[in-house]
Amino acid sequence: MEYSKKVMDHFAHPRNVGELPDANAVGMVGNQKCGDIMKMMLKIENDVIVDVKFQTFGCGAAVATSSMATEMVKGKTVQEALTLTNKAVMEALDGLPPVKVHCSVLAEEAIRAALADYYQRQGIDPTPYVGVIPACDDAHEHDHGAREEE
Amino acid sequence: MEDRFVYADNAATTPIDPRVLEKMMPFLTTEYGNASTLYALGQSSHLALEEARRQVALLMNAEPGEIYFTGCGSEADNLALRGYLHSRQAKGKRHLITSCIEHHAVLYTAQALEKEGFDVTYLPVDRDGKVRLADLEAAIRPDTALVSIMFANNEIGTVNDIAAIGALCREKGVVFHTDAVQAYGHVPVDVKAMNIDMLSISGHKINAPKGVGALYIRKGILVEPQITGGGQEKNRRSGTENIASIVGLGEAARIKRENLEQEMTYLRGLSRKLIDGVLRMPQTILTGHPTDRLPGTCSFCINAIEGESLVLRLDMNGICASTGSACSTGSLDPSHVLLGIGLSHEISHGSLRLTLGKQNTEEDVDYILERLKDVVDVLRAMSPIWKA
Repeated sequence: MEYSKKVMDHFAHPRNVGELPDANAVGMVGNQKCGDIMKMMLKIENDVIVDVKFQTFGCGAAVATSSMATEMVKGKTVQEALTLTNKAVMEALDGLPPVKVHCSVLAEEAIRAALADYYQRQGIDPTPYVGVIPACDDAHEHDHGAREEE
Repeated sequence: MEDRFVYADNAATTPIDPRVLEKMMPFLTTEYGNASTLYALGQSSHLALEEARRQVALLMNAEPGEIYFTGCGSEADNLALRGYLHSRQAKGKRHLITSCIEHHAVLYTAQALEKEGFDVTYLPVDRDGKVRLADLEAAIRPDTALVSIMFANNEIGTVNDIAAIGALCREKGVVFHTDAVQAYGHVPVDVKAMNIDMLSISGHKINAPKGVGALYIRKGILVEPQITGGGQEKNRRSGTENIASIVGLGEAARIKRENLEQEMTYLRGLSRKLIDGVLRMPQTILTGHPTDRLPGTCSFCINAIEGESLVLRLDMNGICASTGSACSTGSLDPSHVLLGIGLSHEISHGSLRLTLGKQNTEEDVDYILERLKDVVDVLRAMSPIWKA
């Protein structure tokens, strides 16, 4: 298993890592049993993501995909951020080893979870906008690499 | 401290001892004869082969004629399990007993034997990683052919009560194999006193090269060859002998025998310092038995961070270490060893193994402790689940 230079760069020097006390959109996905947890914190003003921070418990790819995802949504509108896919995150990192593809899925889900929280805080049902975000519970079939073909 | 390179993964492999390499060199250059030939050049290889056999036997108190060289430790395990069970099945002995925290060379071989129709019992271990004697005794059946229990575990370093297991197997008339790849040359191994019938070793764990191992087979134990051909190694392992590497293994065994007690004392001291230092960090635990462990093996779980991230960041600081976290293996589950000793998935994801060797120094340990603390602080600061 080998990481690209970009993955190692984002792992060694994660962008936008830390806490964001004035975030108005927060999403957390994954769980400790599965070995990855990502927390995305967004500050959204006039539908634009003006600031973003993340915290991640997980492997090198989990940290790098979180970091890359924050860069990709920063300064974007909510609508633009909703179009972020795990594939785009992966491509921006020059690819991931097959067993690590699920990390990019988690990064996409973390952004969507934060955006769902944003809608919810305004009393809007987020499902039509962000879809259903799968929970990583004990029964969850956490199939590493399963979305590689997407 | 200034940046330095610290190799602390000696359970994965060890550097070749310069004396070992020197002993090997003629057999990689001028002494290239095939040990099976009659002329002087071949006889020189033959003599070197037999001297290596003698040295390897001495370090485990076996007879030279009971040592069979193989291509690696895994091959030795395969030969012991497959070779012995295949030789016994005609007698109706179709049962194998092993433990749930064996190396995959044993575990996956046992699973393959199950597919062939053999019956396998996988014994649990206690929270320190030891097989309980009572469990073993209860598992032995009239059709039990073989017990295969590892001498010392590669991930957590726990040393089993091998003499007691050997005595029980001998009393019950069951053949006892032990995978001693991590133990041989690191702790005292005595096949006679410990009633061991078969024992696997590997060269590259004791400062010999990769690509050579051996299986001790007690005189009188029948093992079917898994590689047939020219009849080398008394028909039990065909293939032209890898003379240079075997010579290296022999020399490594000689060096270990000369220095075993001294090296054990030295490594225990270094490990104590490392373990005490790591356990001073909050929310860290030692895995494996507190005292019955390999002298150089230090294994931990560090809460709220993930092992692969830890190992990658240590590498960025010049430190080679390893982990049993799921992310490191690309599977869903953390190592079967960590789960086998009853640790939760959550805790196991933060596993860290540092294995010291004779080349490591006190300064290396100071450096590891300093940089590990920095790395843990950085990773915990970015962890959404860390609570001080």
